This record gives sequence, C-alpha cells and structure tokens, in this order.
Amino acid sequence: MSTHKFSDCAAAVALVCLASVAVADGPGLGKPMTAAELAAWDINILPDGRGLPPGSGTPAQGARIYAEKCVACHGESGKGGPNSALVGGAPLTSMETVKTIANFWPYATTIFDYVRRAMPWQQPKTLTNDEVYALTAYLLALNKLIGENDAVNAETLPRVRMPNRDGFIVRFPDKI
Amino acid sequence: MTIERVRRETREAVAGNGLLDRRAFLKSGAALAAAVSGYTLTESATAEPLANDPWSQVAGGIAPAYEQRSRFEAATMRTQNNPKGEPRPQNLRTPHHLLNGTITPNSLHFVVAMGGVPDIDPDRHRLVIHGLVKRPLAFTLDTLARYPMVSRVTFLECGGNSAPLFSNAPIQANVQALHGLVSCSEWTGVRLSTLLEETGIDPKAKWLIAEGADGPSVSRSVPMTKAMDDAMIALYQNGERLMPSNGYPMRLLLPGWEGNMNVKWLRRLQLTDAPAMTFYEARTYAPILPNGKAYQFFFLQEVKSFITHPSPGLAMKGTGFYEISGLAYSATGRIAKVMVSADGGTSWAQAALQEPVLPKALTRFRLPWNWNGGPAVLQSRAWDEAGNVQPTRAQIIAERGQTKTVPAVTAFPTQHYNGITSWAIDSKGEVRHVYA
Repeated sequence: MSTHKFSDCAAAVALVCLASVAVADGPGLGKPMTAAELAAWDINILPDGRGLPPGSGTPAQGARIYAEKCVACHGESGKGGPNSALVGGAPLTSMETVKTIANFWPYATTIFDYVRRAMPWQQPKTLTNDEVYALTAYLLALNKLIGENDAVNAETLPRVRMPNRDGFIVRFPDKI
Repeated sequence: MTIERVRRETREAVAGNGLLDRRAFLKSGAALAAAVSGYTLTESATAEPLANDPWSQVAGGIAPAYEQRSRFEAATMRTQNNPKGEPRPQNLRTPHHLLNGTITPNSLHFVVAMGGVPDIDPDRHRLVIHGLVKRPLAFTLDTLARYPMVSRVTFLECGGNSAPLFSNAPIQANVQALHGLVSCSEWTGVRLSTLLEETGIDPKAKWLIAEGADGPSVSRSVPMTKAMDDAMIALYQNGERLMPSNGYPMRLLLPGWEGNMNVKWLRRLQLTDAPAMTFYEARTYAPILPNGKAYQFFFLQEVKSFITHPSPGLAMKGTGFYEISGLAYSATGRIAKVMVSADGGTSWAQAALQEPVLPKALTRFRLPWNWNGGPAVLQSRAWDEAGNVQPTRAQIIAERGQTKTVPAVTAFPTQHYNGITSWAIDSKGEVRHVYA
C-alpha cells in the first residue's frame, strides 16, 4: 500500500494520491488511453444499439456489395455456397435444424457486429460503416425482417424484432 | 506376506468381468506390474538374443537448441480438419490414446481457430481495458512482465468436444476424434483482477467483452464475477510462451469454462452492463433443445471422463493383466471419484486417482484389469467435489436429444456432451465405440 496518508494530500495532489492507492498491488504500468486512440478497435455493439456508429445503408446498396464480396462463399441471394446460407431456415425442431438469421439469431445488432469484425473472410475489418449497414439491411430484407426499401442505421437496427428473440434459456444463471 | 499370496489376493476381482482393486499394483508392487500387458498398435518384436545396436557403437548426435521428439514418434500428431486453411474454422484434436499423464504437450494441445492463426508481432501487440472502468489502460507484453504472476494447471475444452456422441448411432472413431478437443496445461500469467484493480471498476460493470486480434476478432461476453474470481491473462503455456495457435502472445484463461470464451490473441476487454450477444454466444454456442428453445451462456464444462487405454485402435494383446486408464475433469472443482465398469455398467469398481488431483484440471485415473479374453464393455463415470455426477448417455440424450441421422465425425450437431463413453472389447481384443 501507499505510504501516503490522506491528510498529507493537499487538494492539488489528491488525484496523484488516489492513483497510487489504486495501483498499489501492481507496478501501475498501464498506459492511459483516450477515446480517439481507441476508436479503431472500439467495435463492440450491444443489443440495444450502443456502440453503433454513424452511417446508413439500404438493401439495394447491400445487394451490390454482396455480389462483389460475399456471393462466392454464401451463394446467390444468400442461399448458401461453400459457407452458410443466410436466408430462410426451418422451424427449430431438433439439434440438426440449421441455425439462420431468421430462425435463430435473437438480435439484429449481432449481424452488424459480426460482419464488421469478421467479414469478408479474407479481408475482415475493411468494410466501411455504410457498407456494413447496407449488408445488414440486405440480409434483413432477404429474410423479410425489414422492408425492401428500409434504411438501416443506428436508430432503426436495434428496433428490428427478431423472431427468435425469446427462444433462449440461460443455462447457468447463477454464474452471471 | 509372500508375493505369491499378494498376487492371489489382489487378483480377485472387485467388480464384474475382472476389474481388480485399485490398490492392487501398490500392494503387490513389481510382481504384479511385471505381469501387466501393454496395449498394442503394432506387433511386438519376437524375442532374440540381445545385441549391441548401431547407436550403441557410435558417438551420439548433437542435442539441438530447441528439441523435437524422437523421429519414431512422428505418428503422435493432432488431426487437422482443414489442412489447406479453407475459409472455415480449423479444428485440431489431441491424440489422448498416444499420451499419458495429465499435461498436454504444447504442440499437441487442441486448437479451434475460427479464422486462422494470426502472426502477431509481440512488440506491437496491446491489451486494452476500457468501458466501465475509471481509467482506460493499454498494456504491452513487456509491461505485463513486471506484474505479479501466478501459475495454475487447468484443462481447456471446446464446447463442441465429444459432440459425435450425440449421434443416434455410435460413430466408429478413436478417442482423439471423439474427445480430442480437451487438453490440459500449466498456464502462467497475470490475474485479470490485478489489472482491473489498476483500471478501477465502475460499479455498473456486470460483464466484460473479450476480443482477439485475429482476423475475425472473435469476441465473447464474460460475467464480471468470473473475471474477478480466477480469470488470468495467460502468457506462458507449460513454461514457454503460448503457441501461436493457442493465442500467442496472450489469451484469456477462464478455468473450467467453455473453450471459445478463453479468447486467444486477446487485445481488448470492454467492461459493460450487459452482454454483447456476439455471434459465438448468440448463435454458435447456443445448443438447440428438443422443445425448440436453446441454451445460452452455458459457460461450464461439466464433470466428465473417458477411458483412453484401451480405446479404439489400441487393441488388447492376449489375456491377462492390463491397466485401464483415462481422464476425468470438471469445471466445478476437483474430481472426487471415478468408477469403472467392465460389464457395461452392471457393476463398478473405484479407480485410483493420480496425484496431484487439482481443481479444474485433467485427472488421470487408473484401475488394474484381468481380461479373461471374453467380450467386455468398458465405461468410466466421474464425480466432482461439488457433488456433480457425470450423466449416463441415456440421461443426457433424454434431456438434450440426439441426431436423426449419423453426422460426420468432425461435425458439431450440438455442444456440451459430458455423458458416459462405452468401449466394447471383442474376443480378439479389438475395441469399438458402442452405446451401452
């Protein structure tokens, strides 16, 4: 612990004293980060939309990007290719039911989060925010979860009601 | 007591089909141990008079600065499901039938790499902690080296390990293919709680979202209670730096919890008041139940065991004494007891547990067996110190269901199978996977 006594700390150095107490168990070598320094990595999206960046996209815009960057793996109109189908999906009746955006994913925000961080496979994190919004809109429209002309942005995406939103049971709630 | 008398007494079965007392080897020492037969992958050499082999008549080779195992052990390999790195996950499985003890060699530790293995320059890597903290901070590998470190032995298991046992018919495959997505290492690093003390924690923080520096930046939400309990930023694996495919230069270690949550190539922890519902928690590791609902936030790799010796591909060679051995482990503490059956679960004998028995670590169990050459069905069943018992396959299938058709052995019809595994021995000594 710090050898400083609180009474020794004048107002001008109080912050320093508090910092030294806080890091007493370690060497205190973490480098402070500003929001600007973090921006390129700060990509988590929460289900209520927190973290969504400015920007917007429509299904039509997304279709053009999809044809260029996604169709090789996911097939025409998201019907599936070497990798997962992105449309349709049977009712969830057994463990073998293929999980899709329409039949399984509980939150539309996950589409934006995952596409932006992980896709396209060979060039992840190269899409612009507008492109990710457009692809998200395209996938939601293909699955008839939004209208064909609906724009997707930080306001509209968290409001998309996913069919399987209430389909989950937390396995070990006592661990949360 | 004479050796002969000890041998006679300890050879008396304590459970059906020739299972012996777990202390039989200890009581009789070398006399009984010498009678134990080995499992065979190949025929043994026939007896010949001893001679000086060539390597005994020349000077030896040069010990390399970083050594590889003997060239005669080249067959002890992980299996690769995707050796060309096609755009899908890579899964590599540990060959438990060719290993012994409890620590997995680093080169044979299982791997699930969702988007390939990144080639990370450790000098440029950063671990950032931000979100609901008092001070967002970034740490380099060099700075972490100055923090107090801890070591602990713990298993890591993919949530999809043993998934082939959800097949509606037993898939004929070896223990590597069926159970090879679990491994155990001594991990060394910095407690996450140490770093969180430095950043300070906003009381509203209930979760942290962990993210990797790999291509897809795999991300998972972790409850703060686990983060503050025993989570570690692991920097060393069995004494050396992490292997690239296991997260070099650093990974999140959540002892006992679902492998995917132990985020590799860890670059960022964001403290939040809610989970992110990432792809892997909202979709992939959410097993569908027979009623159409799905489990989410499974977290725990529950109590489990399987027999590695004998197992499919490790045939018996002649009647007589063998050591049955295998691995047991649980997310909820130490293994308390392992029972073994040689008659498909009709009768059971308690196996010896190899010390040290550590919490959330692979535990080796052993039991001597006098195989009479007849058909047998071997099973193991584990209990942990929290009182949890490994379910039978029938119990887990009743709750979770099974497939309607036989899937590929490399497929993951669902996750989190911890039921019993059964090996059938036929009169030739061949071992097959069965449901019993």
